[in-house]
Amino acid sequence: MKLNRRAIFGGITAGTLAFGLAACGGGDDSDTGADGDMVSGEINGSGASFPDAYYAAAIEAYAEVNPDLIVTYNAVGSGTGKSEFGEGLNDFAGTDSLVGDDDGVEAGSFQYIPTVAAPITVSYNLPGVEGLQLDQDTLANIFQGAITTWNDPAIAATNEGVTLPDTAITIAHRSDGSGTTANFTKFLDEATDVWTLGSGDEVTWPEGSIGGEKNTGVAQVITQTEGAIGYVDLADATETGLMTASIENAEGAFIQPTLEATTAALDGAEVNEDLSYNPLNAAGAETYPIVAPTYILLHTEYEDETVAAGVKEFVNYLITDGQDIATDNYFAPLPDSLREQAVTALNDTIA
Amino acid sequence: MTATAPPEAPPEVDLGGEARSRRTDKGFTGLVTLAGLTVLIVLGLILVTTSVQAWPAIAEGPIQFLTGSTWDPNDELFGTLPFLYGTLVTSLIAMIVAVPVSIGIALFITEVAHRRSRKYIVTVVDLLATVPSVVFGLVGSIVLIPWVTPLYQWWAGVVAPVPGLNAIFDETNTGRNYFTAGLILAVMCIPIITSISREVFATVPEIDKQGAYALGATRWEMITGAILPHSFGGLVGASMLGLGRAMGETIAVALVIGGSLGINANLFAPGNTMAAVIAQQWGESSGLHTDALIGIGVVLFAITVLINFLARIVVQRAELQMKGARS
Repeated sequence: MKLNRRAIFGGITAGTLAFGLAACGGGDDSDTGADGDMVSGEINGSGASFPDAYYAAAIEAYAEVNPDLIVTYNAVGSGTGKSEFGEGLNDFAGTDSLVGDDDGVEAGSFQYIPTVAAPITVSYNLPGVEGLQLDQDTLANIFQGAITTWNDPAIAATNEGVTLPDTAITIAHRSDGSGTTANFTKFLDEATDVWTLGSGDEVTWPEGSIGGEKNTGVAQVITQTEGAIGYVDLADATETGLMTASIENAEGAFIQPTLEATTAALDGAEVNEDLSYNPLNAAGAETYPIVAPTYILLHTEYEDETVAAGVKEFVNYLITDGQDIATDNYFAPLPDSLREQAVTALNDTIA
Repeated sequence: MTATAPPEAPPEVDLGGEARSRRTDKGFTGLVTLAGLTVLIVLGLILVTTSVQAWPAIAEGPIQFLTGSTWDPNDELFGTLPFLYGTLVTSLIAMIVAVPVSIGIALFITEVAHRRSRKYIVTVVDLLATVPSVVFGLVGSIVLIPWVTPLYQWWAGVVAPVPGLNAIFDETNTGRNYFTAGLILAVMCIPIITSISREVFATVPEIDKQGAYALGATRWEMITGAILPHSFGGLVGASMLGLGRAMGETIAVALVIGGSLGINANLFAPGNTMAAVIAQQWGESSGLHTDALIGIGVVLFAITVLINFLARIVVQRAELQMKGARS
């Protein structure tokens, strides 16, 4: 059955291609996308679970645009995604972190394409206290266990007029290795001098802190524990109804984690030549300082041209028309400048 | 019947010939031996491949790998002791809770329950075994934890003045801890231990039981005098299977144990186990970190084998003693 269908699709593609070539002659524009030729086939990607909600929604929406190209994405984690990419097991990989030396991906054999970004909220459970404001040093001290009660003078200093209880602070963190942890700790590491726990997918948290499985687990821990504070993605924080703290940004303003403040952070971030960028603590008065980027890794060379065309078309959809879907899933779309760079890079990588 | 004509001489019926049947017999023996060997081969291959993969992480310091209490992938420091401790503690709690309960259920089913209600109870217990472990984890983290947290806090307050107990049951602000994980594991082990114990009790000869009654034993005396000594080896075997499940259980534990690093005498403190940490960190690991996670698997494997081996010795010794004393 499946074979038959593929054979038929193959036949149709070959037919349309031949027809397209004959019809267009020399004057075709090489843009893929909404005009004309639709690519068919199957492509699969795997990697980061952080953007999975967006990718899943985008794949669903894309199926209506072009039902002939079947896209699958497995949220197996950035690390696994990258090593599968290195072994050629997937056609594209999703990753929250940049490619390192021991990831199994050869330098120069890949291209980053940024897709979306999302704020990492600092959520807390402290009945009666709304609109908590935290400066960067205090945030670091809370998460490394140096500040242990909510009525600590350091917290009170940025929250005038708020009555803070003497409840003990419970740190809630991810128990699984996570790009969210990596970005959050990287922010604390880069932005403050006081942070001592280093940064990475896992960090050795202070004793007595509680780990939750994935974002949902951390959100659960916070809901269930009075006095808890933890870092959660915006989707889970919003859907669980958690209180989010305003965090001091690079220019000293206290900003709530919103999608607008996130896009503002991307606008303020410096983009490297390989299209990787660091949106943490970015410049700008309106920017939220803790923002996690996510990328798609493309091979610079594909063996199969149909696969290459399929990947190109789908990724193109992700960074153009699909961006509207992002906000519905609590992801911030790319600002125009970065989006244009991404489209150019995509067209350069896969001709 | 004896008056009828004698049957045809047997040799005339061709059963395939002696040579062929012998060949089939040999073939069958070979096939079954191969099936038996498969287990050994698979176990051996698992051990070899995982050890080879884990070697880079273990080679940095085998002793440090086993006894170190720092697990910091960023600094490439891998000490598995906190996870080893978590695995042993949660499994121990599970065993302490599950073994008596399971033996109780099994005795109830075989000796006390009415014949007609028996099969329904068996079905219900077996159904418990079919619940996927992730469901146990979810029920634990969403339902059980908010419910038991105040209980833990109350109990910590009650035993606060008692030395010893107050170290084991200390203050807590969360239900995500060793104890909850142990309880969940206990529930997951109960069906396994129960159904094997039930089978074991069923093998006790009726004559032993009736003999005990005939000597004037009460039901309780009959159980302790006739059933338990006869079944001891089987019960240990059942508990070992349960323990195997408890030590290897991954996702249910990962969801309720709190995922924090530390060796804490307080059972109400969050921790982590070997199986859980592999599942939690695998997806985002790379390089030496991945090797170290596989290394945890090797250690877990070795410990499971070791415990089973010890159990076998215990069974052999105890059976000799029990049979010697009672028969």
